[in-house]
Amino acid sequence: MNSALIDIQHLNKTYIVGEQPLQVLKDINLQIKQGDYLAIMGPSGSGKSTLLNMIGLLDRADNGEYLLKQQATLTINEEQRAALRRAHIGFIFQNFHLIPRLSAAENAELPLMLAGMARKQRRAKVQQVFRRLGIAERADHLPKQLSGGQMQRVAIARAMVLEPQILLADEPTGNLDQKSGREVVELLEELNRQGITLIMVTHDQQLAKRAPRQLTMVDGEITEDTQQTQQSRQQQDAL
Amino acid sequence: MRFEDNWQYSWQALIRHKLRTVLLLIAVAIGVTSVLLLTSLGEGARLFIEKEFSQLGSEIMVVLPGKKETTGGGSVPVYGSTPRDLTIEDAIAMKKISTVKAIAPIIAGTSLLSYQGKSREVITLGSSKEIFAVRKLNLSKGKIFNSKASDLAKPVCVLGATIKQELFGNQAAVGQWLRFSGQRFRVIGVLQERGESMGLDMRQMAIIPIRSAESLFNSPALFRVLLELKHANTEQYTEDKLRALIKKRHEGEDDITILTQNSLMNAFNKILTLVTASIGAIAAISLVVAGFLIMNVSFVSVSRRKEEIGLLKALGATAKEIRLIFLTEALLLVSLGVLTGLILGYGLTALAAIIWPVFPVSIPWWATLASIVVALAIGLLFSWLPAAHAAKHDPVLALRGN
Repeated sequence: MNSALIDIQHLNKTYIVGEQPLQVLKDINLQIKQGDYLAIMGPSGSGKSTLLNMIGLLDRADNGEYLLKQQATLTINEEQRAALRRAHIGFIFQNFHLIPRLSAAENAELPLMLAGMARKQRRAKVQQVFRRLGIAERADHLPKQLSGGQMQRVAIARAMVLEPQILLADEPTGNLDQKSGREVVELLEELNRQGITLIMVTHDQQLAKRAPRQLTMVDGEITEDTQQTQQSRQQQDAL
Repeated sequence: MRFEDNWQYSWQALIRHKLRTVLLLIAVAIGVTSVLLLTSLGEGARLFIEKEFSQLGSEIMVVLPGKKETTGGGSVPVYGSTPRDLTIEDAIAMKKISTVKAIAPIIAGTSLLSYQGKSREVITLGSSKEIFAVRKLNLSKGKIFNSKASDLAKPVCVLGATIKQELFGNQAAVGQWLRFSGQRFRVIGVLQERGESMGLDMRQMAIIPIRSAESLFNSPALFRVLLELKHANTEQYTEDKLRALIKKRHEGEDDITILTQNSLMNAFNKILTLVTASIGAIAAISLVVAGFLIMNVSFVSVSRRKEEIGLLKALGATAKEIRLIFLTEALLLVSLGVLTGLILGYGLTALAAIIWPVFPVSIPWWATLASIVVALAIGLLFSWLPAAHAAKHDPVLALRGN
């Protein structure tokens, strides 16, 4: 299990809500391998988005251990975490988080721009990804001129342009109608089949069931992990 | 992140949020303009006072009868009275001092000037022909009286422009006869239109030969004597000579007061310092007000975009890159605002100079410099603070928008 892409041990996180401390993550242990497809379920407030943010290095745990490709991430500074994010992680948000003043292509170019790639190469790269996602003809549109499904595709393109190993999706279909939601999920699964590690937070049972591995969280704890159940079953079988 | 991408990104943020950008620009511009306008008013007042003094000329000395009272500590001269008048003979004796180029003794009084039924009270100066050179008075018509006329008390006069206009209208005045308190004088010249100088409105005066004035007012007492020196920087020597001369002529008392441009300037230096200090205070206050305006504007504009900062971080931007992006944007915005403010400020003062030419409004260079520096410093600082704060923390906080 040492080859795990993501190795989380005894992770805790407490927020101060008002004056009351609220423990949103309690002693989380989680290993995720390269190429996994994982759905995290649970009621709202169960800590599933917080866990995703932890994995995506957007948030920092209070204590515990999080190794990303065997590298410790909790003790390093924000600049180093930014470098790790840029190198390994693509993020997709429920409400897309596109910058309204930038065109679809400019939005998708952002990670490349931040990474210092020249404009011409950026354009070519984004154009290629857009073609793959079927939104090539929307490149010059502003987000407000796009449908929800198209916006989420732009966001996926933005997450994909740096070819990360991990794609984190926080309720990627939450703001989409059923048809475009299904299309987006199929797109994400297609990317997973090509080798990317896909971790998706959702409260949609149907959607979660498509993932080979499902995690259920309640009150900051992982109450069910289908893989571990399988493993223990296998172990039981072996016995 | 590449340099040109940084600028491009910031530029886009400005031109694609036109309303926001215009409002922020106006806020910065108003701050800068108000500093420039307020200080230009103060500086204008200071220049106005300075101009008044410099018209006296640097090689001019003024001798007044009576000793200056130095008690009381006031720096504005207060003149004591003396039983001994300064006389025309005293003035003629002064002419013999080697450093003196010309003297213009002055007898002053009011007389009733009348011409064809119109009459008017007029301040009348009796002097020698040198007064025209010393006070830099030019004629628009006619000629000045010569030294012979002074000595012989000829009944001739030179009129100020306003007096001439009031008595003669557009008719020619030169050659006409009029009456000074009953005595007949012939107009030989009219002064050029010119504003006030040293508190004397030369447009409202008439000048006659000194001996004529002596008989008109029936007194040889001089109001003052203007001296023009041959060379600059001989004031002290001349003053010593003058005092010695008057002491000899006035029974051992040098009961005169001598004013040089320098001593006048010194006397009014306190006022000038006060004026300058109040300009400074005005500038400081307006800078503080402008600074707060720019501070709020910058702070709010960056704080409203925490979500964007969070997103950029989630996409892999380092805190340094975030700070750079927002500093660049603030630099662009504040620079444009400052530029607009400078154009407005200088434009309005130029306009004021056209509408109101007497009062020399002028923006002091240090106010321009200070407004630019303060606007940029505060604009950058208060863009940088919220941006740095948002960039330092975990992006999830910024993404949630708090």
